[in-house]
Parts: sequence; structure tokens; C-alpha cells
Amino acid sequence: MIEIMGLEKNYGELKALRGISGTIEQGQVVGLLGPNGAGKTTAMKILVGYLLPTAGTATVAGYDVVEAPLAVQQRVGYLPENAPLYTDMLVQEYLQFIADVRGLEPAAANASIRKAVHECALNDVLARPIDQLSKGYRQRVGLAAAILHEPPILILDEPTTGLDPNQIVEVRDLIRRMGQSKTVILSTHILPEVEATCDRAMILIDGQIRADGTLDELTRSSSQVVTLAGAPTEIARGVFIDLPGVGTVDLESESDGLTTWRLGIDAATDVGEAVYRAVRDRDWTLTELRRDDRTLEQVFRELTERDVEVAA
Amino acid sequence: MKTLRTIAIREWRSYFNSPIAYVFLIAFVGASLFTFFNISAFFARGKADLRGLFESLPFLLVLLVPALTMRLWAEESRQGTLEILLTLPARDREWVGGKFLASWGLLAVGLGLTFPLIFVVERLGNLDWGPVIGGYIGALLLGAAYLAVGQFVSALTENQILAFILALLACLAMWGIGTDAFTSLFSDSTASTLRSLGVGSRFESIARGVIDLRDLLYYASVTGFFLVLSVCALRVRRWA
Repeated sequence: MIEIMGLEKNYGELKALRGISGTIEQGQVVGLLGPNGAGKTTAMKILVGYLLPTAGTATVAGYDVVEAPLAVQQRVGYLPENAPLYTDMLVQEYLQFIADVRGLEPAAANASIRKAVHECALNDVLARPIDQLSKGYRQRVGLAAAILHEPPILILDEPTTGLDPNQIVEVRDLIRRMGQSKTVILSTHILPEVEATCDRAMILIDGQIRADGTLDELTRSSSQVVTLAGAPTEIARGVFIDLPGVGTVDLESESDGLTTWRLGIDAATDVGEAVYRAVRDRDWTLTELRRDDRTLEQVFRELTERDVEVAA
Repeated sequence: MKTLRTIAIREWRSYFNSPIAYVFLIAFVGASLFTFFNISAFFARGKADLRGLFESLPFLLVLLVPALTMRLWAEESRQGTLEILLTLPARDREWVGGKFLASWGLLAVGLGLTFPLIFVVERLGNLDWGPVIGGYIGALLLGAAYLAVGQFVSALTENQILAFILALLACLAMWGIGTDAFTSLFSDSTASTLRSLGVGSRFESIARGVIDLRDLLYYASVTGFFLVLSVCALRVRRWA
């Protein structure tokens, strides 16, 4: 559905995108993650033909975004950051205008508007001027305008920023519903959002893709945390490293005879029982045995922190 | 074509959703009547014509047209709606054309509101229709040129006030180079070149009722040139 090859974008001296590539299949819901200024918005703007790339190509629904922007725009629904709207118009008028510019026939336009209004629960505000609407409603008006022409692809730039918790849940539900039939790319820096709505995450840092995969793939590695009393440090280390399934052994803290270890393991393996047996055989006291699965947040922090270290 | 109309209608409505349309129309009609009766001393001259109106028009429009064009693109950039608009499947020239037609329509309405003057003058004496028709056609063409310049300037900035001031200066320059006060500073040949470049000097001959194809072409090309520049300005933004 979407193919990106070595996409670069410079704003004068600033390199916003430093060559990103990737393929997004039909029906995937992809979360584009990254700190502010990482290039998420720039990448999206290029995919909808609003900005031209400095180098590289992008093909959306089979059309090149530079060569055939109109063909791309007919097949994509786009919600820009902060959902800008013509605030002097009524909701009804605005949706009608979008349908007209998109060249929908009157009968089809009416049906699509009704459908989008229903999907985004806008019935109550149809006759209200947009500048009187709350942020949540505006976001939904923007979303309704983006899905009017029933595009196979949706590109949503931070669809939930500035919403209250209830509104966030509503918009997420909406995205999940749409994701059943459409290819969706959404950007966010709210990590639980990706966990709640996306099949796949791409982590963009400083204009480069640093991680790309399904949520399971990204969070696959995890660790077993073990705290012991009365165990000599070096012997314990040797015991743990010999356990099958344990990759790395780190001493997290040591005080008053208590040692806390973090054993790096694969998400699929369980070493809890083996650790317990090893500790019991040596008559050490086990005060804590806890599995610590990696969350997307940790993955994200590790990647960004490494980046900070490199920069420093 | 349908897209162009859709865009023009939206833009037209947005003029009337804000005070701009009303302020423009009131100011335009008020200033026209004021110059017609007071400055041109219509009654003192004792001639049944609309010269008083058309003489001041090139300068009057310099002051008023920028108010119509300042928000055309500056507002879109500032509000972020530019991003909505340029990612809808319509061509840049359709957006520029639609906005131009809406602003031109509003100017035409302003001119139309001065029609009652014609009937007043016709009552008072024998009206020569040639200059009247020429004057209105000329005013539409002159206005189109100013509007195109104004739209181009508005596409360059997201600050409406700046768009207003720059458009005013640009229109003033286009009008100023053809005025007698300016051309008298130069030799005769230079002066006549300048007069042929000035938007106001061309207007004077049309307003006398002499419709010359060259004058029409001149206005059409100035208008076209700046509309094309506006399209280019939008293109350049995509590279930014």
C-alpha cells in the first residue's frame, strides 16, 4: 500500500529526515513514534503530497507522491496535527465543502456525509459553527472530513493530542474500528496509545527509523529480577549465567547483604523455576523473584537514551 | 470547473462570515459618493457625467483592494487550513482562481452598489453612456489587476497586516508610475513608457469610453501574471 525508499527532507540546514525506508501492507495500523522534532510530521506531510522530499521516493496506493499527488490525495484521508478547520463554517457546511472539492456526486456526498457523521458521532453539532466546538469535537470533525471519501488509507497526525481522557478513548475506538478495513498510519508520542491501537510500531529518532516491527517483536526481550540474601556475589553470578535460557546477568544493586540481579531472557522462556531451584540448592534466601517484561515505553526510552549518549 | 466554483463559493461565504465584506462595501460606496459629490464638485461643474467617480477610482481601489486580499492566503497559513486545502485533490491553480473569482465578485458588487448614481445623473442631464460603460468595465479590469497582486502578496506571508501593507504599497507603485506627478520628472519618451505601464493611466482612456484592445490585453496580462505568480508561491512552499 505504501512504499518508502530512502526518503530525505531538509529544511535549509536542518535535516528533518535522513533517509527512511519501509513498506506498509494493506490493512495494517502503524504507529509512528518518536520524540518531538524527530520527523514524524514531516514524513506524513510528504506522504500526502503536501511537502516535496529532498531525495528518495514514496509510493502511496501505487502512485508516486511527487509525480501524481492528486491521485494519492484521492486515495488518502489526512488529519493534520491539531485538526485545522475553517472555523467560520458550520460543521454541515464544512463537510459538504470537502465532499464538493473531492468531486463526490450530490447523492453519494449525502450518503458519505451521513455515514461519516454517524461514525464520528457528530449528529448533535451538525448545525453548530466550528469555532464553538470543543477540541474533541473539532478533532472528530477533522476525522469525519478525512474519511468522507472512504479512502483505503488514513494518515493521522497526533489524533489524540489535547483531548481529555474520555475523548481519547472515543477517538482510539474510532481508529481501531477504521483500522479493521483501512491502512492507517498515526503518529503519537503517547506510547500506550500505540499499544492500544496499532499492529506495528515504527520508532523515528532524529530523522531515522530506529526500530520497526510488530509490538511483540519490539518488546520480545524481557528480564527476571532476583533479589537474594546471604549470597556471595561472584558465586551467584556464576550460578545464574549457567542457567539455560539466561542471556545476560547484571547486578542491579547490592546493600546489607542483599543483592538484586537482573537476568536478561527471551520473552518466550521462563526461568523462574530454575532460579528458585538453584537458590534453594545453595541455601540462599530468596527475597524477590519477579518477571519484568519490557514495555514499549522501555524500548522507546532505551533507544532515545542511547541517542542522547551518542550525541553527548 | 466545478471545483473552481466550489472554491469560489466557499471563499465568497467566508467574506460574508466575517465583517470584511460589509466593511469593504460600506467603505467603498461611502468613499465613492464622497469623492463624487465633494471632491469632484459634481454640482459646481454642472456636467451630467460620472467622471468624478472614475477619476478617483484608481487611487481609491489602491486603498481598499488590499483589505479584500490580505487574508486570502495569510489566514490559511496562520490557521493551518492551508494544509487541509493543499492536500485535497484540487490543483493549485483552482485554489488561486477560486479565491480570485470570489474577491473579484465582491468588488463587482461594490461597483454595482454605485449604480444608483447613474440614474441620479441621468435625471439631472443628458448622460453620455459610453464613458459610463467604459468606466465600469475599466474599473473591473483595474480591480482585477490589483486583486491579483494582492493575492500574490498574501501567498508570501502568514501575517495579514503585512499582507495588507505590502499589497497597498505594490498597488500604489503600479498606479503611481503612471501618474502625471511622477512622469513629469522624466523626459517625454520615458514619461510615455511609464504612462503605458501605470494601471491608472490606462484606466483614464477606458473611462473616457475608448476601449482599446491593447488596454484590455494589458490588464489581462498583469492579472494573469500575478495569478501565475501566486500559483508559483504555493509551489515553492512545498519545497520549503
